[in-house]
Amino acid sequence: MPKTVLADVVTRSARTIALSTPFALAGLMSAALPVGAQSVLKVVPHADLRNVDPIWTTAYITRNHAYLVFDTLFALDENLEVQPQMAAGHEVSEDGLTYTITLRDGLTFHDGSDVTAEDVVASITRWGARDGMGQKLMRVTESLEAADEKTVVLTLSEPYGLVLQSLGKISSNVPFIMPKRLADTDPNAQIDEIIGSGPFRFVADEWQPGNQVVYEKFEEYVPRDEPASYAAGGKVANVDRVEWRYIPDAATASQALLAGEVDYYEQPAVDLLPMIQSDPTINVETVDPLGTQGVIRFNFKYPPFDDKRARQAALWAVEQADYMYSIMGDPQYFEEFCGAYFMCGGPYETDIGSEPLRGKDIEKATALLEESGYDGREILILDPTDIPVAHGQALVTAQALREIGMNVRLVAMDWATMTSRRAVREAPEDGGWNIFPTWWLAADQLNPITNISVAASGDDAWFGWPENEKIEDLRNAFAQETDPDRQMEIVEELQAELYDFVPYIPTGQYYQPTAFRDNVKGVLEAPVPFFWNISVE
Amino acid sequence: MYIYILRRLLATIPIMALVAVFVFMLLHLSPGDPAVIIAGDFATEDQVDRIREQLGLNDPLYVQFGGWMINLLQGDMGNSIYSGMPVTKLIGQRVEPTLMLTLCTMVIAISLAIPLGVIAAWKVGTWIDRVVMTLAVFGFSVPVFVIGYLLILGGSRTLGWFPVQGYTSIFDSIPGFLSHITLPALTLGAVYMALIARMTRATMLEVLNEDYVRTAYAKGLATRKVLVKHALKNAMVPISTTIGLGVALLIGGVVVTESVFAIPGLGRLTVDAVLRTDYPVIQGVILVFSFTYVLLNLLIDLTYVFFDPRIRY
Amino acid sequence: MSLQVQELSFGARLRHRIGVVADSFQRNPTMLFGVVVLLLMAGSAFLAPWMGLPEPMQQSPRDRLQSPSSDAFFGTDMYGRDLFSRVLHGGQVSLLVGLSVAALATSIGLFIGLISGFIRSVDAVIMRLMDALMSIPSILLAIALVALWGSSVQNVILALTIPEVPRVVRLVRSVVLMLRDQLYVQAAIACGTSTPRILIRHILPNTIPPLIVQATYICAQAVIFEAYLSFVGAGTPPEIPSWGNIMAEGRMFFFQTAGIILYPGAFLALTVFAINTFGDGLRDALDPRMQRRV
Repeated sequence: MPKTVLADVVTRSARTIALSTPFALAGLMSAALPVGAQSVLKVVPHADLRNVDPIWTTAYITRNHAYLVFDTLFALDENLEVQPQMAAGHEVSEDGLTYTITLRDGLTFHDGSDVTAEDVVASITRWGARDGMGQKLMRVTESLEAADEKTVVLTLSEPYGLVLQSLGKISSNVPFIMPKRLADTDPNAQIDEIIGSGPFRFVADEWQPGNQVVYEKFEEYVPRDEPASYAAGGKVANVDRVEWRYIPDAATASQALLAGEVDYYEQPAVDLLPMIQSDPTINVETVDPLGTQGVIRFNFKYPPFDDKRARQAALWAVEQADYMYSIMGDPQYFEEFCGAYFMCGGPYETDIGSEPLRGKDIEKATALLEESGYDGREILILDPTDIPVAHGQALVTAQALREIGMNVRLVAMDWATMTSRRAVREAPEDGGWNIFPTWWLAADQLNPITNISVAASGDDAWFGWPENEKIEDLRNAFAQETDPDRQMEIVEELQAELYDFVPYIPTGQYYQPTAFRDNVKGVLEAPVPFFWNISVE
Repeated sequence: MYIYILRRLLATIPIMALVAVFVFMLLHLSPGDPAVIIAGDFATEDQVDRIREQLGLNDPLYVQFGGWMINLLQGDMGNSIYSGMPVTKLIGQRVEPTLMLTLCTMVIAISLAIPLGVIAAWKVGTWIDRVVMTLAVFGFSVPVFVIGYLLILGGSRTLGWFPVQGYTSIFDSIPGFLSHITLPALTLGAVYMALIARMTRATMLEVLNEDYVRTAYAKGLATRKVLVKHALKNAMVPISTTIGLGVALLIGGVVVTESVFAIPGLGRLTVDAVLRTDYPVIQGVILVFSFTYVLLNLLIDLTYVFFDPRIRY
Repeated sequence: MSLQVQELSFGARLRHRIGVVADSFQRNPTMLFGVVVLLLMAGSAFLAPWMGLPEPMQQSPRDRLQSPSSDAFFGTDMYGRDLFSRVLHGGQVSLLVGLSVAALATSIGLFIGLISGFIRSVDAVIMRLMDALMSIPSILLAIALVALWGSSVQNVILALTIPEVPRVVRLVRSVVLMLRDQLYVQAAIACGTSTPRILIRHILPNTIPPLIVQATYICAQAVIFEAYLSFVGAGTPPEIPSWGNIMAEGRMFFFQTAGIILYPGAFLALTVFAINTFGDGLRDALDPRMQRRV
């Protein structure tokens, strides 16, 4: 009798082993695919790709991923002008209310189906439900329809100056075109398959969250004839595979680049550059000429920063140079001072109203804080310690605010936790916050519409939820205005109001260098790291 | 013996069940709302509520636990909150590097530490003993990542012998695998080696005082033979217990070592999941690690028969 | 009567043990070394605020990553904070974590262990719970706990304490089980002495020597684990310096300014080394046969 029991146990455990083996083997095999003689670009991206849906999230890493896989109707070129990309061209009716857009030939999705006007309509609609600029466009849209296989007709209810700027938006959320079946997904849920019509194909089997993402050249992609320029022009894939290897430890990542284990390091820390540059076979270039803006954001719902005098006090208490030395170190990579909310070097640069940011004035700051009625309550600054740019800003802000008598507590967390914590609308003591640090690319901050951190529409606004009618009126006026001179006047008036209202502290403008080995050729200068046009020798 | 194995196997079931309960409670009674994380950057309260409803987070705890347990028994650990991938798939992708790293570390550590411990016990009180024991205490005292960075500095930067980071599967290239695994295995092995060497020395000292060892010497057997055949074989029971229990230290070290060397294993998966409060992944990884740990120690218990014929099950 | 005798002999034994410890300092110079290093570390850490050093948190972004000089013995870190001051102050948190974890884990473990060993009816339940807790690798558990509770010194202490408790429980329980059958304990039970009284007067004192030794190991381990937690980003708040998070924050700079890891690393390693040798010495002195750890 015991023998049968035993035999049963043995067969059973043998069965478990047999069942688990294929599973284990499959895991082993997926890591063991041969690469052969293909040309491979090995990239260390700035973050781990967690979400693959570029409409659902604004994360830059997802946007960069999406540019490989998806294509866009229009695209921004290096003169900051919008050019057709998937579109062959477009016509605007005389009253400015009807846009007729034709698709160019040869557009194919990675699943083999053709790109049709239906796909475009569905994609733009989903983006319009999610993106801030898209929502503004949808508000003036009467209808968006597919007239035939290749023609899309957009009809507006009132004139709008930013139709092409919206559809050719270069940064998050970018109106990428996906197949209708995916674009019909609820905008608040993520798409469950990555099928685009871009120059590279997403290899789902080889995606290992936290480790690697793999793209393969899509042979059927037909690039435009024009040379590549920002997101516009011909997107020619010159490598067979692009492999993203996420290496969270900056020291290890730079060692990997030095050892030739990877070719392209998207965002090396500036402090590591001297070491990286000591190797003559590595190029360090500022790929994004427009730069990045550091941002210290307040929570407008709770004291003390619900009072503008407290925010102004903070503005007087800080100095841009402190931030920039902390996060970038080498003055070669940042502006000594930039007082423009809409970026220095951009079309809407002005330094109107920026005196409070120019230097510290502790006396004035203390006085303002006192006027605001600050009662010594604890101020929570979210401190994402895994992102040096954010961590440095949090530390500098904490020290400055303590200097003017604020009772500051830094709440350490990682970036991902911060992105969910900042969405909490409860009071700081109930899991909310008072201040968080972040940064925005110039490409996002260039004008009052794309710069969503100046939006002041209350509960609909970006985290912090400021409310200011004058700012919103000026932003709307800007959107409707088509005359550049008049637009500039609006921006000047707006910026004066911004320095009084202080929706956030622009902590400076800096330039993020990229490092790549000299076997990597054809890296494009652009605000987004694009992987077409690049070849590996 | 088989009955004993069966009994021991059965005894692990309530322990694993308790671990499961424990892990579940731990995560569900902690602050932080997975629904908010899943909903993303611009979700409204309504959307968050809907996701919470979909995930069943509004259900009473015991209902959630029941559902989770039933799925678990069917081999379904749920999906990652971040990437949406099944937890079993994520774990499957990461098993090989961690398994190989741990195995290599164990092989290196055991094959170095036991001889060192034996020699220290044999030469007890001499400078050899002191050096070995001081090194062993140092192995305990230096944090794993400091050892890792020093090895990268020496082995990769200065000498250029080993790659800095990453992992190559043993099925792709054996030389590639060996060069990638050496530094991490040495890094991870330091503490483990220290542990085993100390334990070996201590038990050997005890055993060397036993009558049968003295008898063996008296019979005129060669020192080496006495040390290995008589003393070490008898000392192996407590030593292998230490080897088994020490795996807990290894697992802790794996988490740090994989971060230093950018090895895509379970350790990195754990850290990433923990930092992002990716509940299903944390649950899965802790369960897998604990289960392996318990089974391994059971296996080691069973090897005692081999070392000590007096033990019968 | 027999109780009296036992107590006297216990007191004598204790005095004897103290004598043994004192002797062992002479016989065992490494133990003396351990104690001296430990005192130095603790002294410099807790006296650091009165040593006229720069504030450990004072940033000065323009003076970042300076090499060691007479102004800053260890140089400055990436936010221009004085590294020497941070390393000395960092000892406070690291030692505090180590000592608190040791104290907490031994006292909680002692309490549970006494109950489990003496009260048969709860023994099985408690030990199964402890087995379950022990089968979760301790660092893994600690990382998860801190990440979920949020980073603060208290949470780190608690998270490191919980995984250590089962080991202490097992140790205490084994001592209790051994003593329970001793004649004098049986006699006390027969005399109708209450359970708490037996536990406190007869059993507790005998658990102390092995517990002290165990506590030193827990303390050493906790100091290292604090560094691991900080390293993976689930440690004490980075703003308050501890050896762990000085190294964690500075790891990026290792290949340029190795000191940012090596100085706190050396302090930590020396301290842990000192605690371990002290513990080894104590063990040899108090109980030569108690050599099994883990």
